[in-house]
Amino acid sequence: MSIEAVELPEPRYSLGGDEFVFVELDQEMSFQANFKSMGVCTELRERRLPGVTEICPGNASYLVRLDPDTLHSRDLVAELQEIDASVAGPAAYTFETRIVDVPVLLDDPWTRETMDRFPDRRQDPTVTDVEFAARLNGFASKEDFLGALVASPYFVTMVGFVPGTPWCFQMVPRERIIQVPKYVRPRTDTPPLTFGYGGAFGCIYPVRGPGGFQMFGIFAAPIFDPEQRLPDFADLIVFPRPGDIFKFRPVERDEYDAVRARVEDGSFRYEVRPVEFEPEPFFAEPDAYNEGLLARLYG
Amino acid sequence: MIRVVGGGLSTTVQDAGRFGLYHLGVPPSGALDGFSYRVANMLVGNDEGAAVLEATYSGPTLEFTGDALVAVTGAELPPRIDGDDRPQWEAFGVAAGQVLDFGYLGGGARAYVAVAGGIDVREVLGSRSTYTLTGVGGHQGRRLQEGDELAVGEPSGRARPGTRVGGAARPTFSREIELRVMMGLCDYRLTGESAEQFLSTEWTITPEADRVGYRYRGAELRFAEREPPFGAGHDPSNVVDVGYPVGSIQVPGGIEPILLLNDAVTGGGYATIATVISADLERAAQSKTNERTRFRPVGLDEALEARAERRRRLEAVRAELGAPF
Repeated sequence: MSIEAVELPEPRYSLGGDEFVFVELDQEMSFQANFKSMGVCTELRERRLPGVTEICPGNASYLVRLDPDTLHSRDLVAELQEIDASVAGPAAYTFETRIVDVPVLLDDPWTRETMDRFPDRRQDPTVTDVEFAARLNGFASKEDFLGALVASPYFVTMVGFVPGTPWCFQMVPRERIIQVPKYVRPRTDTPPLTFGYGGAFGCIYPVRGPGGFQMFGIFAAPIFDPEQRLPDFADLIVFPRPGDIFKFRPVERDEYDAVRARVEDGSFRYEVRPVEFEPEPFFAEPDAYNEGLLARLYG
Repeated sequence: MIRVVGGGLSTTVQDAGRFGLYHLGVPPSGALDGFSYRVANMLVGNDEGAAVLEATYSGPTLEFTGDALVAVTGAELPPRIDGDDRPQWEAFGVAAGQVLDFGYLGGGARAYVAVAGGIDVREVLGSRSTYTLTGVGGHQGRRLQEGDELAVGEPSGRARPGTRVGGAARPTFSREIELRVMMGLCDYRLTGESAEQFLSTEWTITPEADRVGYRYRGAELRFAEREPPFGAGHDPSNVVDVGYPVGSIQVPGGIEPILLLNDAVTGGGYATIATVISADLERAAQSKTNERTRFRPVGLDEALEARAERRRRLEAVRAELGAPF
């Protein structure tokens, strides 16, 4: 089964005051829109245009911050239109990235305890978030659902909200993408490193805090380390970057505890392999392409 | 050194901000009233980008272990040395062992306390600014509290007690303000009627108003009905997640617009409908709970002219003080 072809509309350029340009590539989510966002943002970064201060790929859009004293918004928009035309085909988005092994304890006790504290904010407080999502997405059992949830790797389509929060979009055809509504009203508490899911996106909560995504598990290793204790954070306090490929690997409690111990003693490092990502073979045969990626990681 | 006897309601270390990591979810932080912040530094002979204290709604109580030169700008928050009044917008000396505290807040919301030499905390990702939401930068990533000790850098010696800026250069504060906005971003999601209502309503600032953002009350806005695009979520105020500009306004569920400031969440799934122009963000940040705000639409040219006018005001202060020295 291939990834469906999506024709993107003309990009819509809108000014966010005098310091931002917002570009909507599509109103709906697709890999095509996201790869285009990455492609344009990468090219803009390489051009080192004086006056461009922030370049932020989004799920199906992107955002650029500029210093209006150096660069006029109209000139930036003209530059972006030129870049957009130059990166028209998906082959242009081929890029160097990395695939990362991300251990996760699914259906864990801490998120279950947390959901129990917010029954009035949930669609169905008589079942867990995992059971609710399994039923909604037509799975016969929660085990089948959890299997599908982590079977294929996820693409980090955007990073933001608070430092390091990745939006993760599973690398499968649209009809296999799991979808769930957000909570009826946001919780006031979410355990750190919760595996959240809302709409068509998974996420990792970097820190404890409020949140509205359904909770499916808990990750073992941090993605945000302001103290820069762990070697993966020596250069930067956040781990995820737009364009990363994350394989959520379900672990049992023993391995979860072992990873936690290595995080505590400062010796934990993510398993990471560099990959060159090619959209065309991925679009044609995503499952086969993903297997190749996983072979690079685990082979 | 400065010993914190009391932190006040919310006092944090801030400088000009942290840039280049918005795409990873790291907001700029930094002084919300950039004009008052820069002038405070100029008054004590600092580089304009030195770290200062931003005191919100009430002032801290600070004991100085060495002689210092101090200036307080921004909101009307009268400083006192060992109980004796000192002026704002004017540098004054503090002797070793003396205590700086503050009277009650008048107009405005945030005062800036600059000390000659600057507040010397470690730079994190190129800035000393505090981002309290996740505990990054500043003094231990949080607001000041009793018992904290702050190092002070080496004073430049370029300023003297009595250095001041005249009244004309100082901002004035009103309980009713108008902020200029550029409509756009995802404002096509609002019904035409609600877009008009957003601009005609006199909004009241709710108690939820901090460095991340201000929440306003005053009207309920409606979003156009549509079949949700794939990945957008079912609430009509949702879009496929986008980056949020600093200064942008979103309206979750159509109730209570939120204006994002320097500690902004950098992106999410709520439709953004307008952006406050850069020249007006510091006035937004000097407004406070229960005060009133109107939003007036302008185009890019007016936004750029307002930005140039603000730059001229800062230039005038530099000229008045002979800065940069």
